[in-house]
Order: sequence, then C-alpha cells, then structure tokens
Amino acid sequence: MATALKSVTPLVREVPHTVSPGLWALAWKRLQSDHVGMVSLAIVAAFILLMILSGVGLVAKDWNLETGVNYAPPSFIGADIESGTPAAPEAQPAAPIPASEYKSSVVDPLADVLAEIRGEKGKAGVAAAPAAGDDAKTVDPLADVMADIKASGAKAGAKGAEVVAARTATLPFGGDKWGRDVLKKTIKGSETSIFVGLAAAVVAVVIGTIFGALSGYYGKWVDDFFNWFYSIFSSIPYLLLILAVAAVLQQKGIHTIILILGLTGWTGVFRLIRGEYLKHKAREYVQAADAIGASNARRMFIHIFPNVSHVVLVQLSILTVGFIKAEVILSFLGFGVPVDVVSWGSMLNEAQNELILGKWWQLVAATVAMATLVTAFSLFTDALRDALDPKLKGRMGA
Amino acid sequence: MTAYIIRRLWQMIPTMLGVILLVFILFNAVGGDPAYVLAGKISNKEQIENIRRQLGVDQPYWVQLWIFIKQVVTADFGASWSTNEQVSNILATRLGPSLTVLVPLTILDALFAIALALAVAYVRGSLTDRMVMIVCTVGLSISILVYIIVFQYFFAYKLGWFPVQGWGNSFTENLFHYASLPILIGLAVSIAPSLRLYRTFVLDEINQDYVRTARAKGLSENRIMWVHVLRNASIPIITNLMANLPGLLLGFFLIERFFSIPGIGREVILAVERSDFPVIKALTVYVAFATMASNLLADLMYKAVDPRVQLK
Repeated sequence: MATALKSVTPLVREVPHTVSPGLWALAWKRLQSDHVGMVSLAIVAAFILLMILSGVGLVAKDWNLETGVNYAPPSFIGADIESGTPAAPEAQPAAPIPASEYKSSVVDPLADVLAEIRGEKGKAGVAAAPAAGDDAKTVDPLADVMADIKASGAKAGAKGAEVVAARTATLPFGGDKWGRDVLKKTIKGSETSIFVGLAAAVVAVVIGTIFGALSGYYGKWVDDFFNWFYSIFSSIPYLLLILAVAAVLQQKGIHTIILILGLTGWTGVFRLIRGEYLKHKAREYVQAADAIGASNARRMFIHIFPNVSHVVLVQLSILTVGFIKAEVILSFLGFGVPVDVVSWGSMLNEAQNELILGKWWQLVAATVAMATLVTAFSLFTDALRDALDPKLKGRMGA
Repeated sequence: MTAYIIRRLWQMIPTMLGVILLVFILFNAVGGDPAYVLAGKISNKEQIENIRRQLGVDQPYWVQLWIFIKQVVTADFGASWSTNEQVSNILATRLGPSLTVLVPLTILDALFAIALALAVAYVRGSLTDRMVMIVCTVGLSISILVYIIVFQYFFAYKLGWFPVQGWGNSFTENLFHYASLPILIGLAVSIAPSLRLYRTFVLDEINQDYVRTARAKGLSENRIMWVHVLRNASIPIITNLMANLPGLLLGFFLIERFFSIPGIGREVILAVERSDFPVIKALTVYVAFATMASNLLADLMYKAVDPRVQLK
C-alpha cells in the first residue's frame, strides 16, 4: 500500500506519515530494541535451523555410527588409559546388549521389574499369538530394534570398512555406551525434542483457538458446552492425563506423543482466546462487518482473529517450552519416542546409568543443549509478550 | 456461606460426570478390549474372562458406563491387574508416603519463596533482582530429571550424606532419613517458579497507595513488607498454593520413582508401565475430584483472607 501511494503522485509526499506502522511492525521494532530478546531469538532460530538441517539429513546423519570406543571420553580430556577401555575387536562382540543388561548397572531397584515389564509389554505388543504361558523373560524386546541399528550402522560402515575397524579413542564430546558420537547424538536428539515440542504446540494452539473462538463468539449454550469440556480437562492434572492417554495408546511413536501432548494441552489457550473473543465480538468493527454481511465464520477468523493473533503467538511459544520439557520426561520414562529414536529424554535415561560409572559427558551434553534452548525460548517469550503487549510491561515492574 | 458451598458442590456434578465420561471413553472405547492387554500378563484364561465380565465388555456401552459409575461411587474398582491388590487398598496405603514428602515440601517451599519474593521485590530492578531472576530462569529450564540424577549421585551416592533410596516403616525415620533428600530436590526445583510468580504478586502490591500511606506515617520498612504488603500479596499466593496441591501429588512422581518412595506418583508410573488400567482409572477420577474440592477450598480461603471478596 505504501509503495502504491508513492508511485501514484508526488502530491501525496507533501503529507508526511500517511501510513502508520501496523501492530507487527511496531512489535518488531520494540523487539529489536530488546537486546536480551534478540539474542534469545537468534539462539532459538539457530536451534530450529539445526533441527531442519538434521531433519533433511545434512547434519548428524550418521549419528548412530559407532565411531569411537565404548564410552570414548571427550577429546579435551584425552584418552582414558587406566580404566581398561576395551579395544575395538573386543568391543564388537559385546555390542548387542541384551535388554536385561541395559539397565542392570544402575542402583535402581526397579530395574529388574522394569526390564521384566518391558519384556512383557513388548511381547504383548508383538502378537497375542504365541502361547500366553511361556516365560516373558526369554523374549528380548529390544533384539529386533538393536538388530536394525546394527544393520544400518554396518550398512553405513560398509563404504569404508576401516570406519568400524579403526575406532577412535576419543570423540569431540565423548561417546556413549556403543561408542556413538555424543555431539551428533545431541544434535539428533534436539531435532526430535524440538520438533515434538513445536508440532504439539501447534496442535494444542489450533484446538484451543477454535474452541475458544466458537465459545467466546457464539456464547450461550455453545459457551456452556465448551466451558464444561474445559472444566473436565482442567480438573485432571496435566501429567496424569498425559500418562493415562499414554497407557491407553499402546503404540509408541513421534506422532503419538505429539497427539497426546496436543490433545491434552489446549486448555490454557482456550481460556485466553475465549476471553479475547468475548471482548472483541461486541466491538464496532465486528458490528460493521456484520452490517456489510460478513458471515459468522468470516467475522470470527478474518476480522477478529488477526486482532487476537498476538495472544496465540505468545501461547504457542509458552506451550512449546512446556511440551519440550514434557517430552523429555515422557521419553525418559519410556512412554515417549520409540527406542530407535534419540531424544534428550532418552539420552538422559542412558546418562543416568553412565554417571555412576563416571561417564558424565552425555548428561552434560543433553542438559546444556536443553537448558540453552529452553532458557532462550523462555526469555524470547517474555520479550515477545512485552513487544506485542506494551501495556503489560509497566505492570510487571521490570 | 452454606448456600454458596452447596451451590458450588451442585455445580461440580456435571464436571464430575464429565471426568467419568472422559475416563470411560479413554479406557473402554479407545482402549478397547482388555483381553488384548491382559494376554501378555495373565496366563489364566478364566481370570481374563472374569475381568471381562466384571467390566461388562460384552454388554452395550451404557451398561459398561453404569458399571463404571457404580465403581466410582462405591470406591470399588476391583483388584489391580498386575498385583491382584485391591485398588482401594493401593490408594489408601500409597497416600501416606506421598504426603510425608509433599507436606513439608509445600510448607518449606512457600516459606522460602515468599521470603525471597519479598526481598527481591523490595530491591526490584537492582542487580540482585536481575541476577536472581536470571538464575531462576536458567534453573527452570533445566529438566527436573537432571536435578534428581545429579543430586542423587552427589549427595547420596558420592558423599553419602543421605540414603540413596528406600523407605522405612516409622514415620520419623521416613521423614528425617529417607525423605530429606527428596524434599531438598523438590525445593531446588519448585522454588524458582514459585519465586518468579510470587515476585509479580508482591510487585502488584508494592506500588499501591496504602504502602505510601504506611511509609508516610513512619512505619518501619520491615513492618510494611511483612505485614501490609504480605497480607495483600498472600491472597493470590494462597489461591495458587491450594490450586496446585492435587497436582503436586503427582508432580513429584519422578522423585518418588528415583528414590523408590511407595507413593501415589510412583504407583501411577508403575500402573502405566504395566497397563494396569483399574489403578490408572481410579487415580485419574479421584485426583480430578480432589482438584475440584481443593479449588472450592481455595475460594473459601480467599474469602477468609480477604474480607472484601464477595462470594456469589
């Protein structure tokens, strides 16, 4: 519009500032003057870029290649001499670790119980066909997954046989139990965790916005119905609801966890958006839209929605942080991503056992990556809220 | 007052029915036939048939729903699918250990967070304030898992100050021996968010006219902060504390799991891992009821703390 005016006639130029900057331009300007916010934005953007690069396979594609010796220490510490690190040939046969050993080195007293349960669960999941009587422990639920991982690793390694043969003694940020590069693993884990967080937040925001819009706009029995729905979901503690859904949906996978988080996390968005629609539907511009014959849907989503979209954006940002945290916990417990997918939560799960052995690097890598992103995301959310709603800033007393 | 409570209880009924309906749909319709889940767990065919009959799987949905409502009302969810323990017994025995950790934790958290919030808000905008807020933000962004793993490793495993895990039979032993590290970790995790929230509550009050009046009539700063400001700021704080209480019961399930405290939270995780539906169903329904009850209680306390509040 600005360019159109300029090109029409020079007369217009005599009147300065014909076009005042819109909400988004003003918000962007305010955000730019907030240094903390801009730095946070840069960090968040870098993480998302990393996620995309890793997703299309440009970075950390070969994360599950066993390039180092088992528990290879970080390069800046140097090779671990005294603690009898097994050499490459010895490491080979020890590699396919059975499920029971997978957890046995921990102090966790539940380990056996858990292993047993996982065994049973895995078996129940595979098929109900085998005679239900035989001992669950004989079935290794991870066997086929491990075989897959081995196979893909071997395939990738086949190009240069020396890759597997010559395992390095150190890796840039250490190696895990199988000698995989922790740095690449962290990047891959970031991809999973951030993607799950963002996608689940989008699902939750879409549901919350549509419910909130319908409820606030139509009022009456529609409002009553959605409020009833809201009160049900909000009276069950969030994590309990997630766990209950996880218990019912037996199949694991990234899509499942996105759905679980999204379907249970919409309540906060709903409450805010409903309030905004209640406020906006009586405003004059909506009455004007009514007068020119705009339909209900058009008024709701073309006229009102742009005016509440800043609330949606801030909620999206808040929810993403919350869902990343929730995903980490769920994956840690084994209700999240499948075994062959790495996420920060599954890394922490491994790190818990490794710490007792004195191998701290995987714990540090996952923690630092997560803390950096979440801190940046939280600070960015605060900056975004201040930029989009300057009235709030004074009240926060900052 | 009585009329208000009765009306609120009356309004809870549709929500309660909704919770029951939601849990029912989740476990009976989405979850499908329990025989499928049970196949890998119980070898005895007859036992599975028994459970199916008990749930009324072969009957129409409304009969199944009626069975479930009866279970909720009579608090009789039958036996756990894994351990055969009565569900009501599980809930009753697991509540004690959870509360042993949670009650001291909540009290200490509230005391520390309120004191710190008053102090930080008093020097708002200063370097101290900003540093504390940055520490809080960073502290919040580290997963609770990391706190538990690291604290347990250093304080219990390495230094041996606390037992690595376990639970005894006597209350005092549990509280002072086994629960102390879990409470410490709980504090490390929960003070940061509480402090941030309470700070905004205090800041809302600190610029009010009554503070200026108090200062003008020569009251000490201590009295202004601890009596005048705190009384007003405590209104949202109490509401917040009360509303979070039932959630807390589960919120520290990770701590309970790591330290093998036989509490409600650990029971939930075990139940989910074992697909022990009766336990999850019972817990979900009763925790939801507890949440509603504590919300009502929060509103009543709101009135008690702030006489200006009109309950309607």
